[in-house]
Amino acid sequence: MSILVIAEHDNEELKPSTLNVVTAAKEFGEAIDILVMGENCQKVSKQAASIQNINKVYCMSDAQLKNHLAEPLTAGTMQIVKGDSYKYIMSPASTFGKNLLPRISALLDVQQISDVTEVVSASSFKRPVYGGQAIATVESNDDVKVITVRVTAFDAAEAEGGQAQVTEVAFNPTEDFGSTFVRLEVAQSERPELTGAARVVSGGRALGSKENFKMIEDLADKLGAAIGASRAAVDAGYVPNDYQVGQTGKVVAPELYIAVGISGAIQHLAGMKDSKTIVAINKDEDAPIFQIADYGLVGDLFDILPELTEKL
Amino acid sequence: MKIFVPIKRVIDYNVKVRIKPDNSGIEQTNVKMSINPFDEIAVEEAVRLKESGKATEIVVVTIGPEKAQEVLRTAMAMGADRGILVTTEEAIDLGAIEPLMIAKCLKSLIEQEKPDLVIMGKQAIDDDSNQTGQMLSALLGWPQATFASEIVTEGDSTTVTREIDGGLETLKVKMPAILTTDLRLNEPRYASLPNIMKAKKKPLDVKALDDFDLNTTPRLKLISVDEPPKREAGEKVENVDALIDKLKNEAKVI
Ligand SMILES: Cc1cc2nc3c(=O)[nH]c(=O)nc-3n(C[C@H](O)[C@H](O)[C@H](O)COP(=O)(O)OP(=O)(O)OC[C@H]3O[C@@H](n4cnc5c(N)ncnc54)[C@H](O)[C@@H]3O)c2cc1C
Ligand SMILES: Nc1ncnc2c1ncn2[C@@H]1O[C@H](COP(=O)(O)O)[C@@H](O)[C@H]1O
Repeated sequence: MSILVIAEHDNEELKPSTLNVVTAAKEFGEAIDILVMGENCQKVSKQAASIQNINKVYCMSDAQLKNHLAEPLTAGTMQIVKGDSYKYIMSPASTFGKNLLPRISALLDVQQISDVTEVVSASSFKRPVYGGQAIATVESNDDVKVITVRVTAFDAAEAEGGQAQVTEVAFNPTEDFGSTFVRLEVAQSERPELTGAARVVSGGRALGSKENFKMIEDLADKLGAAIGASRAAVDAGYVPNDYQVGQTGKVVAPELYIAVGISGAIQHLAGMKDSKTIVAINKDEDAPIFQIADYGLVGDLFDILPELTEKL
Repeated sequence: MKIFVPIKRVIDYNVKVRIKPDNSGIEQTNVKMSINPFDEIAVEEAVRLKESGKATEIVVVTIGPEKAQEVLRTAMAMGADRGILVTTEEAIDLGAIEPLMIAKCLKSLIEQEKPDLVIMGKQAIDDDSNQTGQMLSALLGWPQATFASEIVTEGDSTTVTREIDGGLETLKVKMPAILTTDLRLNEPRYASLPNIMKAKKKPLDVKALDDFDLNTTPRLKLISVDEPPKREAGEKVENVDALIDKLKNEAKVI
């Protein structure tokens, strides 16, 4: 009958990724419901209800859903899905959606379509494969289409002005899920969130140390940009894991992406090559990153970064 | 404790892949193939658990063509005890054999083998699906801990640190459980020559995917595989001033 979007949130705020999924969902031209699962998530449900063109919002609030563990979220989703005949079940292709949706897909006995970047028709989709080296077009024969959406490929839906009704539903757990939450270490930052940022400054192995990475921070702060990194920089401990951009990190597509001391491995490009304007700073004029950069500056980052930050 | 490690044979991550001229898939002939990097990490983690005395047996399994036994031998050279090859003629990268089917086949093997822990990759670098572990967990009704960067087993449970978008999350799962690996979990070892020789003698079972009672009709039809939109290289600028000028006046992004 319609579409179910599973909201991503932290019990306080709806994550902007949900808005991008709603835009992708609109392409099917059918009624869109949103499911919010968490603890005391009434506020988030209200935010979901004020997105434009939403049919209804389910608010499922329970202590067992608080930490968004995959097993109880699966049970909660199945509860909603069983009572309705959804044709599409969608979530962002974030670690939240990737952790949850394949479970729902397996229980419904359908093949999930991961990381959709384009809705071609009601049943066919485009998705990047091989680390973005190719784009596959696939057609689904399943009755229910379970889809994770690459958020950078769709604009955010209008977050205000909608007046969907919020229905509270009880969570009826039936089993011992076998997993318990221990702790969450959230990297605190005043800077914009990486995935949605309009500008990103990323540093690579060439920064050489955590202390030197401060030069990236200074430039980012001057530009009001989020900070990203290559895997090599994360592995070396210069920055936390959630800064990683790439095939196995975050996918970003800002207005401006500045890659500093990053060689441009396929796996890194997979996460940033859809940025509008790409700047590369690298001392090796043959570095692969220059093949996709709009503006390349060959030179030593230790000279260039301070000068650039100062002159901006 | 018995550990079960599903591994996939994929085009080596260093290879720049070529799309077939008829856009039906990716060229697989004369291309260097390797064990999926995340699965190599899964094997390494299992071997470390065995070396620390926590695990007793490591079984590696792959679903793929005859040649996929190469990756089983690699895993056995790293320290796995035995291998299971489930053969299929169908394409396993983007084509006919899909994560749902793989998960169902693995479920059936796991019901026979009864491991205490399944460690697998979070993602195959060909289809980039990131689904199989989560599907398997749901089908078996076992708890999952995906994207692991640290694994500590103690008694009948495992504590796992997970790499998630917001930072690091720690979960405790009761065994039997399904874990999927992220890149920073460990650094896989190189197999030594004597171990490569020894691995040749380790037991390897061969089964056919067709003998599993699965519905193998693909749910997704691959319509075409195309080049991504090409991004042209831009220009090199002389210095910082020229860069700022371009960003301000040409790209208009600052
Ligand atoms: C399965 C898999 C998944 C992966 N996923 C990701 C991913 O998601 N994201 C990711 O980034 N990587 C990923 N990688 C790793 C990737 O292959 C590369 O190893 C990594 O991106 C390299 O990081 P880098 O460019 O910082 O380092 P390097 O490749 O070492 O490049 C450093 C660059 O800095 C330049 N340089 C050195 N000194 C200076 C200086 N003083 N001034 C200016 N320039 C300088 C050098 O010329 C060089 O180009 C993955 C790998 C695998 C196998
Ligand atoms: N053909 C296969 N044989 C064995 N294991 C597989 C196969 N395909 C996928 N897997 C496992 O499932 C993980 C995730 O793959 P995917 O869901 O395809 O991204 C891989 O890292 C492997 O551990």
